[in-house]
Amino acid sequence: MYQIVKKRVLNPTVTLIEVEAPMVARKAEPGQFIVLRVDEDGERIPLTIAAYDREAGTITVIFQVVGATTEKLNHKEEGDFLQDFVGPLGRATETEGLKRVAVVGGGVGTAIAYPVAKKLHDVGCHVDLIVGFRTKDLVILEEEFRAASTNLIIGTDDGSYGKKALVTDLLREQIELGAQYDKVIAIGPVPMMKFVSLLTKEYGIKTVVSMNPIIIDGTGMCGGCRLTVGGETKFACVDGPEFNGHLVDFDEAMARGAMYRDFERHAYDEACNLFNRKVE
Amino acid sequence: MPNMRPDKNPMPHQDPKIRSGNFDEVALGYTPELAMDEAKRCLDCKHSPCITKCPVQIQIPAFIQKVAEGDFESAYQIISQDSSLPAVCGRVCPQETQCESVCVRGIKGEPVGIGRLERFVADWHNAHADEAVVPPTSNGHKVAVIGSGPAGLACAGDLAKKGYEVTVFEALHLAGGVLVYGIPEFRLPKSIVQKEVDTLKALGVKIETNMVIGRAITIDELKDEFGFEAVFIGSGAGLPKFMNIPGENLKGVYSANEFLTRINLMQAYRPSADTPIQHGKRVAVVGGGNVAMDAARSARRLGAEVYIVYRRSEAELPARAEEVEHAKDEGIIFKTLTNPISVLGYHNPDNSRDPRNGSVQGIRCVEMELGEPDESGRRRPIVKQNSQFDIELDCVIMALGTSPNPLIKSTTQGLDTEKWGGIIANEDGLTSRDGVYAGGDAVTGAATVILAMGAGKNAAQAIDKALAEKD
Repeated sequence: MYQIVKKRVLNPTVTLIEVEAPMVARKAEPGQFIVLRVDEDGERIPLTIAAYDREAGTITVIFQVVGATTEKLNHKEEGDFLQDFVGPLGRATETEGLKRVAVVGGGVGTAIAYPVAKKLHDVGCHVDLIVGFRTKDLVILEEEFRAASTNLIIGTDDGSYGKKALVTDLLREQIELGAQYDKVIAIGPVPMMKFVSLLTKEYGIKTVVSMNPIIIDGTGMCGGCRLTVGGETKFACVDGPEFNGHLVDFDEAMARGAMYRDFERHAYDEACNLFNRKVE
Repeated sequence: MPNMRPDKNPMPHQDPKIRSGNFDEVALGYTPELAMDEAKRCLDCKHSPCITKCPVQIQIPAFIQKVAEGDFESAYQIISQDSSLPAVCGRVCPQETQCESVCVRGIKGEPVGIGRLERFVADWHNAHADEAVVPPTSNGHKVAVIGSGPAGLACAGDLAKKGYEVTVFEALHLAGGVLVYGIPEFRLPKSIVQKEVDTLKALGVKIETNMVIGRAITIDELKDEFGFEAVFIGSGAGLPKFMNIPGENLKGVYSANEFLTRINLMQAYRPSADTPIQHGKRVAVVGGGNVAMDAARSARRLGAEVYIVYRRSEAELPARAEEVEHAKDEGIIFKTLTNPISVLGYHNPDNSRDPRNGSVQGIRCVEMELGEPDESGRRRPIVKQNSQFDIELDCVIMALGTSPNPLIKSTTQGLDTEKWGGIIANEDGLTSRDGVYAGGDAVTGAATVILAMGAGKNAAQAIDKALAEKD
């Protein structure tokens, strides 16, 4: 069992938890993920590592309530335990030799972009951190982002905070202003990563995206997380989760990600009933 | 006088019509009377050909004589000298190609039901024996075992009995490896695997679940930082293979590993489980091995009409005859000499947001015929001209085998592997790294439970010898 030592509600649907998992913390690197189960009957869900503290032996993950499992997880409080917590899984982000990078995050994906930006920033790389949210109330971790970047650019879809622009527009603006990026790292919803990749392809800038497909074991056994990358089948859990954004078949990934939507909707409604919470 | 009846006592089964709707065990096991009657068919041959064909050389005639006498506990003690998991092997071993294939009684009739007797003896022991397992005194040596499947459990058990301090590292949340995520409940009840794991724990074996070796800890760290003097790698088969045909990543295409893991490990067939599984209406399983049969029979139990699609003929099916027969009894339809060339998907041209877009609608196949034997000795399937046809489906399961997981190799310097990825180990299980042993599917590629168990036992013996020499 793995104890939740800290919980912070970042916005109405996004929550941060810090979990005691020393064997995961000792090796965790930005870009890697964990798989957790909330309880005995729980499903295994992957969450990308948002931060780690090797001394305290803890891992921080940030999640959005999107279905039954994240709803259950959101009902766990500080001091409560999770059934299973395994990692670090997947390959770490390659940060060596990069001088100037744009890290682009969207929605809850910004939380995952954070450790990558921080690591690059810590080793002296010039980091433009471009984060986008739907509206002001959903903006999270602004202080952390500022500390982990050379240049923080915030955009909202409705213009209620920062610039009224999509992250793709903000990125294009930087490129047009003359920013010479060694690499663009995009982390967020699949459509966002798709359009960032299309944009950077125009400019010929190397682009890495962090895929978050359906995962069961997370160790390379089931193949549920497979994606088509450059015409080849790849497993996100062992070959990724980061891939060359110019080669990923995003449309296929979106379809596969929605495979259990009906089941999830039903399970979510049931979980909401269980907690006497209004289904939105 | 031996019982000279030519045929085996049949195994009592759940009725196919009933069992195809539940996940309870299909074979019900012999009663003591049936077991004793069957045991009396054994001639107790002096040359015991059965033993030579057993991968772990169980003293088969000796245990069967004890069954014939009604002394079931003694029979169990004889089996357990050589086998670590008799209740498992009695159920899943391919006896028809091993011990029973050379039984003298098989020349003029059916061989003795050795597997059925092994299962009976193990079940009888598990139900009746109540002696507490006493952990032996520690000899002070620490050994790490990676993976809690049949190879790892056998290796851990043998070493623990000799006094080694054994820690088993398991990547999943539950111990048992393929015995819990792969083989379905109706063929191997999970309570039997749990019992074996509990026995190991009683012997003092520590089981660390949720530990992915190669990521959380490397093999070098196990030796240098954590003080393990020897490491046994029993990490299993690895990544599922696909056909590399168009449409294979459509919604509704599973690897058999994923489909079976959802059902067996995650219990997705139970309403209380949170893990989803597609309840297909028409399902095709591509492949002809035991894993294909397990997937097909599982899909059937979820309510589907199920096809086995296999490119050679029925005679070449690699699955056990018993599994094929069970599958047929349960209503699975065999489309042999048939090979898929693409998976067909749904696409609504008028609505790009139709949720059915990208889901499986069928498979396009070609008919095959058999030509000359290939390097495997089986006749090579050749495509028949103009034989293309479609099967309408909503789910496809690929059961085509696996290729080794690269995780341990890529994080362990100096660990030599074959070109295809299998770890290279000598007859003792020793790899190219000092003190690092390996066995089971990680070395051989996908094989059987008993071969993995044999490799685990073998390595345990070699580890014991190597560490005893150090003292």
